[in-house]
Amino acid sequence: MLKLLVNKLALKTPRGVSKHVRGLSDKKLAWLFVSPTIILLLAINIFPLLWTIYLSFTNYRVNRPNRDVKWIDLRNYERILSDSDIWQTMQATAHFLVSTLVIQVLIGFTLAFLINKKFKGNDLLTTLIVLPMMLSPAVVGNFWTFLYQPQIGLFNYAISFFSGVDASSFSMIGDVHLAPWAIVIVDTWMWTPFVMLICLAGLRSIPDSIYEAAECDRASQWRQFWTITIPMVLPFLMLAVLFRGIENFKMFDLVVQLTGGGPGSLTTLSSIDLKREAFEKWKTGYSSAYAVILFVTVFGLASIYVKALNKVKDR
Amino acid sequence: MNVKTGVKVIAGAVMAGAIQTAVADDLTLCWASWDPANALVELSKDFEAESGHKMSFEFVPWPNFADRMLNELNSGGGLCDLMIGDSQWIGGAAENGHYIKLNDFFAKEGIDMGDFIPATVTGYSEWPKGTPNYWALPAFGDVVGWTYRKDWFERPELRKEYKAKYGRDLDVPNNLDELKDIAQFFQKRKIDGKTVYGAAIYTERGSEGITMGVTNALYNYGFEYSNPAKPYDLKGFVNSKEAAAGLEYYKELYDTATPPGSSNWYMGENIDAYKSGQVALQMNFAFIWPGVEADPNVGGGKSGYFPNPPGPGGHFAQLGGQGISVVAASDKREAALEYIKWFAQKKVQDKWWKAGGYSALRAVVEDPGFVSSQPYAKTFLDSMAIVKDFWAEPAYADLLLPMQERIHDYVIAGKGTAQQALDGLVKDWTEVLQDEGKL
Repeated sequence: MLKLLVNKLALKTPRGVSKHVRGLSDKKLAWLFVSPTIILLLAINIFPLLWTIYLSFTNYRVNRPNRDVKWIDLRNYERILSDSDIWQTMQATAHFLVSTLVIQVLIGFTLAFLINKKFKGNDLLTTLIVLPMMLSPAVVGNFWTFLYQPQIGLFNYAISFFSGVDASSFSMIGDVHLAPWAIVIVDTWMWTPFVMLICLAGLRSIPDSIYEAAECDRASQWRQFWTITIPMVLPFLMLAVLFRGIENFKMFDLVVQLTGGGPGSLTTLSSIDLKREAFEKWKTGYSSAYAVILFVTVFGLASIYVKALNKVKDR
Repeated sequence: MNVKTGVKVIAGAVMAGAIQTAVADDLTLCWASWDPANALVELSKDFEAESGHKMSFEFVPWPNFADRMLNELNSGGGLCDLMIGDSQWIGGAAENGHYIKLNDFFAKEGIDMGDFIPATVTGYSEWPKGTPNYWALPAFGDVVGWTYRKDWFERPELRKEYKAKYGRDLDVPNNLDELKDIAQFFQKRKIDGKTVYGAAIYTERGSEGITMGVTNALYNYGFEYSNPAKPYDLKGFVNSKEAAAGLEYYKELYDTATPPGSSNWYMGENIDAYKSGQVALQMNFAFIWPGVEADPNVGGGKSGYFPNPPGPGGHFAQLGGQGISVVAASDKREAALEYIKWFAQKKVQDKWWKAGGYSALRAVVEDPGFVSSQPYAKTFLDSMAIVKDFWAEPAYADLLLPMQERIHDYVIAGKGTAQQALDGLVKDWTEVLQDEGKL
């Protein structure tokens, strides 16, 4: 049937076109098929990137259409890198990144290890655990603000119930000491299942025969864990860290919903700060330089990390 | 009527219909998504009936309103024909050509700016300020004021206790110190078996909330945006000792007399806290008062209203509200101007006030029956007489964001001192104004 259709189409192709196509080499034909994707990629990824780099050297502001656009060399970069407020947002981002990654890896791997055992209700439990990551971050941020409410929030009530501390005596998102942890808790609640799923895939990819051979060699459970499980799951774990790291470096929606970057600027992450510079202060050139710095940071860190990941895989 | 006349009448009617159809436009009005916008939708049905134009509306919730609409204006988008934009946008909108200038139109249609409350003309229409260059018609007068639980204030046992503690009656405060005393008096008090708190004040970080709140204390302690004799001269005016005392006052009010967890509250959260009986006092824009009066829990005489009380350095209140402008990118300018002409009429403004919109037309608010028309009408009038607004410079957003940051850092996060916060603000604002070529 398909062959018939192809034949019909071939017959309908104008002679000039078919003659021309027949004359193409395999390489040219490959380029012909790939070119639409490349053109699209150039238009929506590469061109904006180059344009951003160009703008980062100018004083351009999108809300001042009548103002002259001046080339200002590295002034935007100098201002950003010498701005203590920006370093503070970088620190807040690093705190958020490291805390969430460490906690999510520990809990995610533990959950995967437990879920990997065969027991009744295993599938149902897995489904329940992965539910949070299916929700929209905006929705999660919104309902956690209610959970964190000192007067009516379930979170405060639970803490009060177990510790005896007055529920209205502390505010998770209003207190300078608690707010950074408030966003870490929500992100962990939402994204630990993702780490768990990747670890689970890693655990299930280990052939049983390796464990059987270890059993024959009388290796203890502890030794099997450290010499078989961990090394073989490590590439998967590192992949999960890479994905979560990139995602959390650009974290925006959840934190905006929860704290709006406050109290003060304590939870203002780089992405939130960048958005304010670009779309509230409308400092287009300046924010382009900011975006380039963040891009280079993520790209550089990710490249080093991927190299390390490949080394682990090749071991 | 004979056949010939009948044919003429029908032909005339058909032609009139054809002409009306030919000029009828579909106008889009952009505004924030809130109660007054719903009232305007109802009001605009009269315009549709009278003009034959069709009205569409684009309403955006307050936290995203400025982002969304300024993006629209900056990109020269054709979404909005009419914009009810915030008062602070007027400088940027005028200088960047986002709104059309209305002077010729006003002159042609006999619309006199002297017919509107002066503060609203300065705040919503003029750019540069204090000059007769008009870019908007005052559409919705608004100002920060206070709402209080009159029913709680009238309780004999509370009045007695308050009098014993402070030596005066529990009544509308005469100054900011008395306001703080009252708020502290109610803080964590048990009323009808429920713990209540003093005051819901503006603390929001993301958009403009804490700035719109703290200015009500700053102005009244002596804060000035710049040297009255030398524009853009900030030092010693923004960060004067008096201004720092005003900022300390606001922090103390936040620390000692607000509900726990109110670190990021603006209009909506304050309304919720007040209506649910959590607080005795609420700072909020006047637009909420019709909703308070209509509320089954706190309306119908249970609430009272008063203007922002004076402080040691003066008596002011933060201006809110908006003017209505014609967007320069619109290709339906004539129809949009027709809407403004219709909206400026006394009968429409009367109806606007009755529907819950705060008219800025003097003929409406100076009518002898106005003060008694609503329990909050007098407070609105008194408040409009003491208004002061934030910067309306084209770079207003650049000026707003550091203020949000510095004030939130000090008041909510407790970072540094009030003086350091305001010194930092002078540094930030100087940088912005230098970038703008004003310094």
